Formats: sequence, C-alpha cells, structure tokens
Amino acid sequence: MSMIVSSIGQGLLWAVLGVALFLTFRILDFPDMTVEGSFPLGAATTVAMIAHGINPYLATIAAFLVGAGAGLITGLLYTKGRIPILLAGILVMTAALSINLRIMGSANISLLNQKSIFSANFLQHLPKYFDAVFVGFIIITIITLALIFFLQTDLGQAFIATGDNATMAQSIGIKTDRMTIMGLMLSNGLIAFGGAVIAQNNGYADINMGIGIIVIALASIIIGEVVFGELSLNERLVAVIVGSILYRLVLLAVLQLGFSTNDLNLISAIVLAIAMMLPRLRHALKLDSLIKKGVAPHE
Amino acid sequence: MSKPVFSLQNITVTVGDNVRILDNLNFDIFDGDFITVLGTNGAGKSTLFNTIAGNLKIASGVLKHHDKNIANDSAVSRTDYIARVFQDPKMGTAPRMTVAENLLLAEKRGKKRTLHSRGLTKEKLAEYANITKVMGNNLDTRLQTATGNLSGGQRQALSFLMATRVKPELLLLDEHTAALDPKTSEQLMLATNEQVTKNKLTALMITHNLADALKYGNRLIILNAGKIVLDVRDSDKAALDDTQILKYFMA
Repeated sequence: MSMIVSSIGQGLLWAVLGVALFLTFRILDFPDMTVEGSFPLGAATTVAMIAHGINPYLATIAAFLVGAGAGLITGLLYTKGRIPILLAGILVMTAALSINLRIMGSANISLLNQKSIFSANFLQHLPKYFDAVFVGFIIITIITLALIFFLQTDLGQAFIATGDNATMAQSIGIKTDRMTIMGLMLSNGLIAFGGAVIAQNNGYADINMGIGIIVIALASIIIGEVVFGELSLNERLVAVIVGSILYRLVLLAVLQLGFSTNDLNLISAIVLAIAMMLPRLRHALKLDSLIKKGVAPHE
Repeated sequence: MSKPVFSLQNITVTVGDNVRILDNLNFDIFDGDFITVLGTNGAGKSTLFNTIAGNLKIASGVLKHHDKNIANDSAVSRTDYIARVFQDPKMGTAPRMTVAENLLLAEKRGKKRTLHSRGLTKEKLAEYANITKVMGNNLDTRLQTATGNLSGGQRQALSFLMATRVKPELLLLDEHTAALDPKTSEQLMLATNEQVTKNKLTALMITHNLADALKYGNRLIILNAGKIVLDVRDSDKAALDDTQILKYFMA
C-alpha cells in the first residue's frame, strides 16, 4: 500500500514536468531537448542555494528563474539564430551540464540535515510518503489552474495560435518569435522548478538526474492522451497529471516483476514507445473489436 | 482626387541574380478602391502582395502608407492596417482552435495581447453567429467546431471574416476563391463583393477568373513582367471585355 502512495506522490511531483512539456510539445508543436538541462539546472540551483543557507522557498522560486533563462537561450538560438529547435535544445542541454557542475562544485550534493520545502512541521507528522502527495497536489493544482487561466487570456490564445498556424498568427499581428520564446521560458522555468522540488524530495541533486527526463515527461502526456482520447485543452492538462500518476504505477508494477532501478530508463523508453504505438496497434490488431467480442454475451 | 492611402513609388523587387520581378512599379491605392489584379503566372501579382504586406524586401523605391515610408517596417507591424486572405484554406485559420476562437484572435489585430481574459461570452457567440450567417454556408452553426474540421469553403469564408473583423485600411485577397469548387467559389465571391461594397473596404484582389475581374470592383490592373500594363477604373473598366484584356496578356 505504501508503495502505491509513494507512486502517487511521485506522479504528482513529476506531473509538473508533463504539464510544462505540454506547452512546447503539444502547443508549440516541437520537442524541446532543453528540458534535460533545465531540470538538473533547477535542482542544482536550489540545492546549492539551500546548502548556502538560503530559504528553501526562495531557492525553489530561483530555480524557476534560472530555468526560464535556459529557455530564453534556446528560444533566441531558435528564433533569432535560426538554429533548428532540436539542435538548439541539445546545445543548451549540453552547456547546462558544465553550468550545473559549476553551480554544485561537485557531481552530487546532499541536503542531509538541511531544511527544504518538505521540512515544514505539519508535513513531518503525515504518514510516510504522504508529504510528497500533499506538496505535489498543492503545486500541480496551482500550476494547472494558473496555466488554464493563462491559456484563456488574449496572450495565451496568441501563444496557442502561434503553435497552431504561425503564418496565420503573423498575418493578424501576433509576434510569433516572442510567443515561442515566452513558451520556452515558461516551460523550462516550470521544468527547473519541478527539478528543484524533486531534488528536495530526494534529498540530493545529481549531475546525471536530467538523463531521460524528456521521455518521462512525454510518457505522462502520451499516456494521458491514450487513456482519455479526445478532450478539451483544459481537460488535457488534467489528463497529463493522471498520465503521470499512471506512469508511476506502471513503473511500480514493473519493478515488482523483479527489474532493478538501473533498468528504469530502458523501461521508461519501452513504456513510452508502447503508449505512442498503441493507437496504431489497436487499429492493426483490431483490439477494440476483440475486447468487445470477449465481453459480449454469446448468442 | 484625394491623397492615396498607399503609394508605391518606383518599387523594384529582385530575386537571385538581379532578376526584376517587380520593375520600377508606380501605383497608388485610394480609399474605397476595390481593385482586381490580373496577370499571367510569374507576372508579379503575388510579389506585389508580398511587397505590400512586408513579406518581401524591396530593392529600391518607396512604399508609403499615408505620408510614412513603411518599406522597412516588419510584416507583423504592417498588420495593424493591412489584412490578408490567402489562397490556401489551410493558411488562414488555426486548425485546432474553434471558429469562435479564431474570430476572437482576429478581433485583436492591431491591439496589444495581454493577460486579460479572452472574453468568449454568450453575447460574443451570438454576435459571431450573426456575422457568420451572412456568408451563407452554415458557418454560424459551427462556431464551436475546430476549424480543421471545416470544409475549404467554410474556412475561406472564416478567413475572410477574420481579415475584415477589424476594418483594415487595405485588404489583400490572394486568389482566395481559387482552391474552391465553382459553386462554393462563386458563393464566396458574392459574399466578398457584398462585404467589400457595404463596408467600403479598400481591397486588392488577385484572380485568374477574367469574368470575376470584370464583374467586381471599381478598378482593374493587369501586371506583366513586373510592370503594370493596364490600370483602368469606373466607366473605362466597365467598357472592357475579355478580348481586350487578353491582348494585354500577350504584351
């Protein structure tokens, strides 16, 4: 039971990444590799700041700003430098590796005996793993509501239109480069913020913690889509959160089968690949009619 | 005659090795002009549009909007007063957004897009139902449909409404009925003519349909090899017929 609670807590914490990546992957319609750099960047920034005695809440907010900075650089390389988005993201991701080492001073810093946003008194009194569920729920609720509000504003609609049809957006006066940069800043700011929260939950920041992040974030988006199908934009954001929790439960199930945590990246990739192919497989193997036949009463 | 809204003075646009696709062009657009633009492929019609809209840089010349030279202004900044309907139905609308959302987006042309709620209210929807009804193709019943699920004719009608939602000082119609079947095309042409005339819009319309070019608008120009070879208005335009026009294509 406690493992399931833990998975739900992890799902809620990691959902921040799915929702953030949704802004670029689904709305702007491109894969942003920067996230593999901004995630550890946020973690490194916050953990290093806390280690230097700075208030954990301030340090977590600082992670957002640093992540937004990484998004800004990718955005400028892409829109002004005309570097293809995939490469622009990889450049910033690679550069962030060195920056993160500079910030942390070593490949790994621990938060042992340091205060974090999980140190609040009442959280200590919750049953095991419920602190992550509580913090994760509060954070993802606030972020999702804020995004839903933002996407229904004039600015948010201009942002959506940019990803949907840039030519048309420009023809009605939308500055699409600015919208793209804004989206990358917001997305990477949130990813870094997520990195900061997850590092505090883990109790350490590690130079390698960014590896495979984009696959995990994509998995929550895709699983949410596969499970729920056609939804409105607001509902899709919620579906990402559910997708993130489901993904954690799938991982839990796989680990129960006897795989080790070393296999996690392989498993993540396989889960994502299957989820992405599912609509096609469902069609090709006629799974739907098979299932229907199975449950229909015999005549 | 009053001062022109737009004035193209000695405009030359080149591609590649100094090939002139617009050649020392002089052309004034007056308030209320509804100008049909004819010309063979490669005559420079699209180039003329892209030059005015700001998607193409001019090599030399002056492009005046009232008294201001806008030749170096960006395309996006020119959308404050220039609107455009493209030939391709896919280009003019955001496919995953609904008809109402697209109209709302267009309503903010020339205004700042801020963190204000977009305000998709019941009253707005009722207003949109009214303005879409005039296009006569059931667009008013599909306000909450993603535009990707509309027919080409409905999308072009929507593009047209979006372009004119905020009255532009110049409306560029780039063969906006060419991708549609003959019946839908004619229906959109009639609606276009009605809107342009009723709202006294200033418009340039590229067409390959000679009959349309003769029938609509108060002025007609023919482009050939980057030059304007004919520019007639009102009674002179009314006196034109097919055979006279075809002569200019040969030139």
